[in-house]
Amino acid sequence: MDFVNAIILLLNYIFVPALAYGSQLALGAIFVTLIYGILRFANFATGDMMSFGTMFVILFTFYFQSVGISFGVLPTALLAIPFGIIFMVGYMLIVDKLVFKYYRINKSPPVQLAMVSIGVMFVTQAVVRIIIGPSDRRFFDGEKFLIKAGEFKEMTGLNEGLAIKSTQVITIIVTLILVSTLFWFLNKTKTGKSMRAYSDNEDLALLSGIDPKKIVMITWVIAGILATIGGALYGLDKSFKPFTYFNNMLPIFAAAIVGGIGNPFGAFLGGYVIAFSEILLTYAYKKFFMYVLPESMEPDGLIQLLSTDYKFAVSFSILVIVLLYRPSGIFKGKVL
Amino acid sequence: MRKNLNVIAAYSIMMGLIILVGIFQSWNIALSIFNLCLISAVMTMGANIQWGYAGLINFGIMGFTALGGLAAVLISVDPVQEAWSAGGFNILLSLFLIIAMVLAVRYILKNYKKSKNRTYIVAAIIILGIVIIRFISEPGIEAIEGVNPAKTGFLGGLGLPIIFSWVVGAFFAGGLAFVIGKVALGLRADYLAIATLLISEIVIAIIKHEDWLTRGVKNVIGLKRPAPYEVNLQQTDWFISLVEKFNSSKLNLITDLTERQATLNQLVIEGSSVFVKLCYSGLFLVVVVILLILTQKALYSPWGRMMRAIRDNEEAANAMGKNVVKQHLLIFVLGSAIVGIAGAMLVTQDGLFTPGSYRPLRYTFLIWVMVIIGGSGNNFGAILGGFVVWFLWIEAAPIGLYLVNLTTAGLDDTHFLKVHLIESVPYFRFLMMGVGLLVIMRYRPKGILPEKIEIK
Repeated sequence: MDFVNAIILLLNYIFVPALAYGSQLALGAIFVTLIYGILRFANFATGDMMSFGTMFVILFTFYFQSVGISFGVLPTALLAIPFGIIFMVGYMLIVDKLVFKYYRINKSPPVQLAMVSIGVMFVTQAVVRIIIGPSDRRFFDGEKFLIKAGEFKEMTGLNEGLAIKSTQVITIIVTLILVSTLFWFLNKTKTGKSMRAYSDNEDLALLSGIDPKKIVMITWVIAGILATIGGALYGLDKSFKPFTYFNNMLPIFAAAIVGGIGNPFGAFLGGYVIAFSEILLTYAYKKFFMYVLPESMEPDGLIQLLSTDYKFAVSFSILVIVLLYRPSGIFKGKVL
Repeated sequence: MRKNLNVIAAYSIMMGLIILVGIFQSWNIALSIFNLCLISAVMTMGANIQWGYAGLINFGIMGFTALGGLAAVLISVDPVQEAWSAGGFNILLSLFLIIAMVLAVRYILKNYKKSKNRTYIVAAIIILGIVIIRFISEPGIEAIEGVNPAKTGFLGGLGLPIIFSWVVGAFFAGGLAFVIGKVALGLRADYLAIATLLISEIVIAIIKHEDWLTRGVKNVIGLKRPAPYEVNLQQTDWFISLVEKFNSSKLNLITDLTERQATLNQLVIEGSSVFVKLCYSGLFLVVVVILLILTQKALYSPWGRMMRAIRDNEEAANAMGKNVVKQHLLIFVLGSAIVGIAGAMLVTQDGLFTPGSYRPLRYTFLIWVMVIIGGSGNNFGAILGGFVVWFLWIEAAPIGLYLVNLTTAGLDDTHFLKVHLIESVPYFRFLMMGVGLLVIMRYRPKGILPEKIEIK
């Protein structure tokens, strides 16, 4: 029985949260990796673009709530996401036309594009803060828990409760659907294949008659979908604050590079690698060992490898190690 | 003279703007803008050496700034004797163990061939070392943090004048840059950017949470000053007579004695804070001028020519027998050290060290905006960039308010759009920076004062 308790404990505090957080990171990481693979620059505006999309989701959610439209037990935000995506994609295409296109056509070095993306980051940040303000916003409604800790205890008669938030389940399901559709698109359809060809070898792709304008546009559309959904899911699960989104850029970059930048599947797994290592290394295992070990061997300390303050530092250290020993990432992305 | 005309013009306009602020807002504000402009200028000079001279991207400026600030704390705060006797031994022992661990790893990496076993042994040493160090340091840290936590709770510093920290800050930042450079300089440009950005976050996390060293988020306040205190100044005779002399025409107009005394007191209070800021300006100006002379000399020396050659064509420079890796490391360390000086200056001016306030937007990206807008590769341009961008960063709110009032003049004062826009005026600074950066990068990619290479 103690053993089952220990498993439930780990499920509750490590596995489920890490899976949800990892999915949110994975969406962002695929966004970064697609931009990097096809448009060939590190997009420092990633976090702020995600907050831009989320902002529109929130505005539409508030509008729907005021009109009285709801989605039953599911959060209204799910209904608002398509509208958020439309605005996000529109914004991205405008930014591309006004800013990035010029450098792409001039074949500027990637560093210059990265610098330009910093300018876009500042502008996007300003726009988000001017429209919705810098404060913390919660826009979740509907049923909060799928399984409550108390109910679970009653049901199974265990000491440890397992609480599963509905946002966690939504996050995981939506991510799985989205990512599998994306991989199907990239691997099976003609447009997806031409995107991969363009990413692999630009000149060769152009020679074989692939239209670069179309590729770039589709990339931004997919990026907009990923950014909005990723941002909205993160906001539903935690809360929306522009500053947090800006900071999330860092673990997202870490996930993309750890997975091998330019490789969408690597980025997808990279998100989970980062999330699991952050949570595994900063969790206090005292209770777990209390269940597993006999009473005489019970630990005194918290058995925490690192204090939770170093959560971000963990993912960055992993990144540094990966960059040192396997610069192309765990799943072989582009070689540096 | 002719060819420097644009430099002189740009700097006169900048000084004119600051003087205008002095006349229309107050000299206090003008001087505090000026001081931070000088500090920003030092930071941009550091970033400019790396980016402009050598083409290295360093997005870790925040980390080096914070290390400089840490130096200011460790140099100027008086040592906390109690904390040293409580946990000093454990800390010193763990420090010794860390050094031993690094040396052991180095020894193994040097003397054994690359193999799986070697990797395992190195990993084992590191993991074992971390566990042992944690066991030794934990009681020490707890003891130190337990010593009067409301006021100290850390080891304190050396109790030396804070000016020394400017040099020490440079060494701290340079040391960190050496380590980062050894690890990351081989990466391609944009990976280097991301790696340095993340490493600087790690540095901030450590400074924020190692309370025994830095007091963490509890902040260190009331650092010693290199300049006199306002309160003391207000009671010194020579200062009062100085203020009297400066404002004699104004004071002579007032005939009533008590009223005259009251006005004088007011003037002395205002004057004292202006005087203190002027002291800082003088100190900072000395640093900026010294650095400017050194960097200018370096730029036109054979070494500077070699750096440009490496920047413009690494392979060719390599083929000519220049050690690219070594020079990159050198310039990375030098630039970061200059940023470290700026970090120490910043904390010196504020008189307090707040690890929570180090954010990448303010200390990394803004500095980069300064370098790009000012003109990378040109020291005068970089300094100008520091001035222009910091000035706009501060004055963006008043300018934004003016613009909002102008564009919404037709609307009622209580109209929701106007109220909302006026509330969000502080964020216009982000918009201004972003648009400024984008416009400069598009239409004047070399900055306001572009790099000019004179061939003599």
